[in-house]
Amino acid sequence: MTNKSRGAIVGLGVTPMGKIYGRRSVDFAAEAIGMALEDAGLTKADVDGLLINANIPNDMDPRTQMVLGLENLSLISVMNAYGSTAGSMMQYACMAIREGLANVVVIVYADAPLSPTRGAGQSYAGPHRFPLGGMTGLRAAYGNFGANPEYAMAARRHMHLYGTTEDHFGMIAVGQRKWAQMSPWAQMRKPMTMEDHHASRWIAEPLRLLDCCLVSNGAVAVVVTSPERARDLKQPPVHVLGYAQCAPGDNLRTDRHPAVETGAKYSGPKAFQMAGITLNDIGTCQLYDCYTYTVLVSLEDYGFCKKGEGGPFIEDGKLAPGGSLPTNTGGGQLSGYYMWAFTPLSEAVVQARGQGGERQAPRNDYVLVSGNGGILNFHSTMILSRHTS
Amino acid sequence: MSQTATKPIPVPDDISAPFFDGARQGRLMLQHCTACSKWSFPVRERCPHCFAPKLEWRAASGRGTLYTFTIMHQVMNPGFASSVPYNVAQVDLEEGVRMVSNVIGISNDALKVGMKLEAVFEDVGENVSLPKFRPA
Repeated sequence: MTNKSRGAIVGLGVTPMGKIYGRRSVDFAAEAIGMALEDAGLTKADVDGLLINANIPNDMDPRTQMVLGLENLSLISVMNAYGSTAGSMMQYACMAIREGLANVVVIVYADAPLSPTRGAGQSYAGPHRFPLGGMTGLRAAYGNFGANPEYAMAARRHMHLYGTTEDHFGMIAVGQRKWAQMSPWAQMRKPMTMEDHHASRWIAEPLRLLDCCLVSNGAVAVVVTSPERARDLKQPPVHVLGYAQCAPGDNLRTDRHPAVETGAKYSGPKAFQMAGITLNDIGTCQLYDCYTYTVLVSLEDYGFCKKGEGGPFIEDGKLAPGGSLPTNTGGGQLSGYYMWAFTPLSEAVVQARGQGGERQAPRNDYVLVSGNGGILNFHSTMILSRHTS
Repeated sequence: MSQTATKPIPVPDDISAPFFDGARQGRLMLQHCTACSKWSFPVRERCPHCFAPKLEWRAASGRGTLYTFTIMHQVMNPGFASSVPYNVAQVDLEEGVRMVSNVIGISNDALKVGMKLEAVFEDVGENVSLPKFRPA
């Protein structure tokens, strides 16, 4: 078969995650990059490209390069498509490498919104984030703060149209907690039952606390290079075989339904076609899970089941350990760590390498990585593999 | 001195003034494109449908249906501390615009996706009124 590798992931760095105070985003970034370079068997001097994921506090800017001490870069940018950015960054890194603009590109996400004096929700989307000028001020005036109510409304629409239930969301949360218990990186490793899920407090109905992702201080860095350069590095290369984005657009129109039909419907088929594989080839999924609901709707939009049947599809426990479609095997953002699409990307690298230990998915030839940003506004898909085709 | 926290009040700016002036007078003002006859929300300079810079403000019917809603329990702003649980709703207006607002005059338990709604205007500050919705 022809070599379909668009680029190779050769290094991964994941810092300790969660309530780690007194360090800035850039400090976490430096640690993650150090870990990723060590993992790859490369040094700082080998890096000639740096793509930085923007974050909500906007404290990761291009001057990060100076803090890191990286020199003579031939590629640098801050990129932002919110929770889908890692997929976009991977595209640009691979394109730049193939074009000869850079040879070793580091892509990184870092954030440190948690503080000892505020709860996670307030830290991430507190009132300090809500301007009052003009019609933008309507959001705060109506009490529509942050992503929670928006995703809750999307989930409610799905429940109304298709009969999706709280139990379906609970299955996803409980299953991912089981995975998290096997991941040394996960923030939440206490066992969770369906009763625990149903007893957790409402955040924004129909979403409960245990339907919502964590907030994390920490960073993830990934090193990308050419498939040729990857051959003699320390780790087994993980090849990027397919990728695509889709940003469906305005959601304040009655002829559009991004709440229940996401950009994955378009980015998915494009990425699969590029990789030359089908859904059946996927051994494990790493799907963006800012909420339990996004896992369910993403599975539908990738075509694992028909639209509206996500609930019944996951009911048999197929996403959880021992199931037929191991999904979010590091606990995802619900129980692992919240690093935007670097959460699914990092776990996908572990799984594709076969380094998952007791959480390793039995089939790992092809791994699906899905990113989702904004309020189901931006979507990215990646297909990763230890094979070159 | 004890003071009850107040809810955030939008500060109208030049481009949104017709919307807020309309609300003050009990009318739901939205932008309408004279080139393609479609409506849009929130405020912008160019029509998002045909991209013509021909938007003018018009009174909308104020009639719509409940597309979806949430009941907020989390207090993200002290002004809402005594309001939880309150609803936040997406309302599909007859004009083809989906607006986020609150539904009033009905208990949260009685809210049903698809129910008919009509705009009503609530004074929230000396010079600001907010379009909200009630069962039609």
